[in-house]
Amino acid sequence: MTNLQKRKLQDKIFHILVLSATLFGLVVLVILLKEILNDGLKWINIDFFRNFASRFPRKSGIKAPLFGSLWIIGLTALFAFPIGVGSALYLEEYLPKNWLTNLIQVNISNLAGVPSIVFGILGLGIFVNTLGFGRSILSGALTLALLILPVIIVSAQEAIKSVPKELKQGAYALGCTKWQMITGVLLPYAMPGILTGTILAIARALGETAPLLMVGAVTFIAYTPEGIFDSFTTLPMQIYNWTSRPKVDFHHIAAAAIIVLLILLLGINSLAIYLRNRYQSRMSR
Amino acid sequence: MNKKIQVKNLNFYYGNFHALKNINLDIEENKVTALIGPSGCGKSTFLRTINRMNDLIEGTRHDGEVIYEGKDIYAPDVDVVELRRKIGMVFQKPNPFPKSIYENVVFGPKRHGIKNKSKLDEIVEKSLKAAALWDEVKDRLNSSAWSLSGGQQQRLCIARALAMEPDVLLMDEPTSALDPIATLRIEELIEDLKKKYTIIIVTHSMQQAGRISDNTAFFLMGELVEYDSTKKLFTNPRDKRTEDYITGRFG
Repeated sequence: MTNLQKRKLQDKIFHILVLSATLFGLVVLVILLKEILNDGLKWINIDFFRNFASRFPRKSGIKAPLFGSLWIIGLTALFAFPIGVGSALYLEEYLPKNWLTNLIQVNISNLAGVPSIVFGILGLGIFVNTLGFGRSILSGALTLALLILPVIIVSAQEAIKSVPKELKQGAYALGCTKWQMITGVLLPYAMPGILTGTILAIARALGETAPLLMVGAVTFIAYTPEGIFDSFTTLPMQIYNWTSRPKVDFHHIAAAAIIVLLILLLGINSLAIYLRNRYQSRMSR
Repeated sequence: MNKKIQVKNLNFYYGNFHALKNINLDIEENKVTALIGPSGCGKSTFLRTINRMNDLIEGTRHDGEVIYEGKDIYAPDVDVVELRRKIGMVFQKPNPFPKSIYENVVFGPKRHGIKNKSKLDEIVEKSLKAAALWDEVKDRLNSSAWSLSGGQQQRLCIARALAMEPDVLLMDEPTSALDPIATLRIEELIEDLKKKYTIIIVTHSMQQAGRISDNTAFFLMGELVEYDSTKKLFTNPRDKRTEDYITGRFG
């Protein structure tokens, strides 16, 4: 083999390697989706959304967990977004850079990797017991907000860092205060990045089970929540519950619930893409 | 001559680095003052002490005075927001905001409390005309400032600064990122603007300083080596180092 042939062969082998790496994930995903759709699709009908959980699979529905998930996610976003963006702004724009700041920074990044069950224990201790919010939507949402805060803060910081120095100086040179610089230049520029990070974090919270188990999401509820102090269940909790039952039909409605959860996630991610594009086109129109 | 700004015994430090060494100089009203010198000589730092942009950098300090309107701009009761309203700045790289042309021009006035739509329209037209950009953009004021060419963007930035009706205009190598034709247009504009404004411009090009300025200050390693009328400084420099620099022996 000549040198040239050898190098071309190397090229080909590498191409095949990266292709199979991609295919690995893709194939597994397709098989998974196919299984779920096969099992669950025929169970999805109007009644599935209208009914509460029942001990008969045929009469079971996801009304309670669907409402619970929407309540939880809405409230989580409400808490996590302003606190996360606020912290990121403070860390990037106000706090002077020194060893203490670096320490805080490292800790925030570390928190993003802490197992979610640990946040659950924290939520149980603080929100459920100490603050007395009980096993409520409020406790669940606050716990999930804590869980995704590090992710939101870090991604918002990255977005804020990407704002060109020249733009910030331009605003200051016009006699803007820091607040005016932040609202007029920095946030509009950083918003697509901040929103993408936040929505992806919220999508993660939507699929969480472990911390909610700790703060006491119940799996059998026959009413929809009316307020933030009501008890609740969520889609992942319900799915977990159904899959652990012996009756096969319960596994099928679990698959149906997974389909609903996937569509919800898809919706949230589309929203992220839509918002990002809207902000971007507003900038370069 | 009418002194707009008087700089007295100004020293400036970045941490331990002594960036400006005992600068004394008076800026004349309605004249163009050019600051020249090799890279790192302190001319940009000097420019940025005049509107206190250096305040934004951590670990800097100064001593000495910069007298503007009879008062040291570093005095504790001077409001830096108000100071920057009166002393506008144009940067090296055009830095329009990611907004429409219109919104760029009214960015400053809006944030200083002007809300009236017709007043804002008036400011936009006046400022863009003063920056010689009006005819090129009057039909597309709502399109993005980022869709303009580099030279147009820089004139938009000048318009944005003029919209605040400043007193002094600081320019930090405003043409270094532009092509020769765009450069020429900005130079003509500066010539025109000095009737109303006092202009201080940092430039790397000695030809540019020669073409557009009335006075020139030559900086070297943080020192003000020579400050004189442009004509005199370029034809008959007093200092050997100035002569070496302007004849291209270093820098």
